[in-house]
Amino acid sequence: MKITLKVWRQKNRDSKGAFKTYQVDHASPDMSFLEMIDVLNTDLIKKGEESIAFDHDCREGICGMCSMYINGHPHGPLQTTTCQLHMRSFKDGETITVEPWRAKAFPVVKDLVVDRSAFDRIQQAGGYVSVNTGGVPDANEIPIPKIVADEAFDAAACIGCGACVAACKNASAMLFVGAKVSQLALLPQGKPERKQRAERMVAQMDAEGFGSCTNTGACEAECPKGISVTNIARLNREYLGAMLTSYQVEVGGGE
Amino acid sequence: MIFLNDQGVTFTHWGHFMGTNPIIRTLEIGLIIGFLAHIVQGLLLWRANHAARPVKYGVAKKPAGTWYSRSMGLLGTLLLLFLILHTVHFWIPNRANQFIHGEELPLYQMMFEIFSNPWIVLIYVVGCISLFWHLLHGFASAFQSLGLNHQKYNGIISFVGIAFSVIVPLIFSLMPIAIYFEWIN
Repeated sequence: MKITLKVWRQKNRDSKGAFKTYQVDHASPDMSFLEMIDVLNTDLIKKGEESIAFDHDCREGICGMCSMYINGHPHGPLQTTTCQLHMRSFKDGETITVEPWRAKAFPVVKDLVVDRSAFDRIQQAGGYVSVNTGGVPDANEIPIPKIVADEAFDAAACIGCGACVAACKNASAMLFVGAKVSQLALLPQGKPERKQRAERMVAQMDAEGFGSCTNTGACEAECPKGISVTNIARLNREYLGAMLTSYQVEVGGGE
Repeated sequence: MIFLNDQGVTFTHWGHFMGTNPIIRTLEIGLIIGFLAHIVQGLLLWRANHAARPVKYGVAKKPAGTWYSRSMGLLGTLLLLFLILHTVHFWIPNRANQFIHGEELPLYQMMFEIFSNPWIVLIYVVGCISLFWHLLHGFASAFQSLGLNHQKYNGIISFVGIAFSVIVPLIFSLMPIAIYFEWIN
C-alpha cells in the first residue's frame, strides 16, 4: 500500500507546530497503524531526520497509551485503539491526517504526544478505595448482584486513553470521570467514600480545564471500550447527591 | 383557543385571565428570571467549552450524535430573536398599556394585523422550528444532566420529550399560519 501521511510536528510544548507530509510506499495492509509509523520513523532516522514522537505501550488495546486523532476521529475510523487499527481499514493511495488530542487540559508535549497527567490527578483526587490493614476478607462475604457487578465491570473497562475528551466538541472529561466514579459507586467497597469521591473528582476535573458535558453522545461513539453515557448520568446523580448531603464542606481542586 | 373560531371570545377571556390573575403574573416573573438565567448560563457554558479546546483540529469529521444536540447555541439564538420579536409585538405593548392606562390591548385583533405580513409569519414559523429542535435535545438532556434518568424510565422520558417537542411548537406555529391563510376569520 502507498499512503500519504500528513502528520502534526511540534518541537515542544511552547513551539508552534505544523503539518508535514510524508510518503509511506511499502505499508502492508496487515500492519497496525503504529507499526506503519514505526516503518516511517525508521526511514526518517536513516535519512537523518527526527522521528515522529507518539505515545504507545502495550499494543494490545488495553493500556490506553496510544492516542492520535486520525482523519477526524480519535483512534481513527474504527471504534478501537490506534494499536488495534490496521492499515486494511484505509484505501491504497489514501491521504491520512494525524493530529494529537486537542484539549486545553491535554497540552501537546511533542508531535503527537500529549500530557494526559490531568487524568492521573483526577484519579488521585478520589478514584480509589481506601484499604485499611487487617485480615483478607473472604471473597464471598459481600454479596453483589450479578447485574451490578457487570455494570461496575463495564465501567471499569475504561482504559483512560482520553478518546472521549478528544471526540467531545467541548473537550469534556465526563465519560472518563463518570466511568471512574461509577465502577466504585456501584460496589459496596466503594460506597463509604462515594460522596467525597464524586465531589473531589469533579472539582479536580473542573480545575484541569476540561469542558462541560452537553450530552451530544460523541464520546460514547468513539470510546474504544464502549463506555456508556449512562455513567455520565450516574456521575451527575452521585455529584448532586454529594453536594446536597455530604459532610465535606471544603472542596479543593487544583494543585 | 383561536381555533375555536368564535371571533376571539374564548381567546380574549383567557387572555384577560393570563394578564390579570395574580398567580399567573407571579409565574410570569419567575418565567422571565428563568429565561434570563438559562440564557446567561448557556452563554457562560458556551464560553467555557470553547476555551477548553484552544487549538482546533485540522480535520474535523462529522461526529456521532445529532446535529441539533451540538447546535443548542445556534438554535437558542434563533429562539431568542423570535422571542424578542414576539414580545415586542404583543407582550411588551400590552403590559405597557396596562401599566400606563390600566387597560389591555385588543390582542385578538392585533394578531390578525401582525400575521397578515408573510415575513413575520415566516419568522414565527422558523422560531417554532428552532424551538422543536431545541426541546428535542433539551428535554431528555435535562434528565441526563440531573442524573434523573433510569433504564426503567428512559423510554417514557424519550416519548414525553418527543411528544412535547412536536406538539407545543406545532400548535404555536399553527396560530400565525392559520391567521395568514385565513383558516380563521
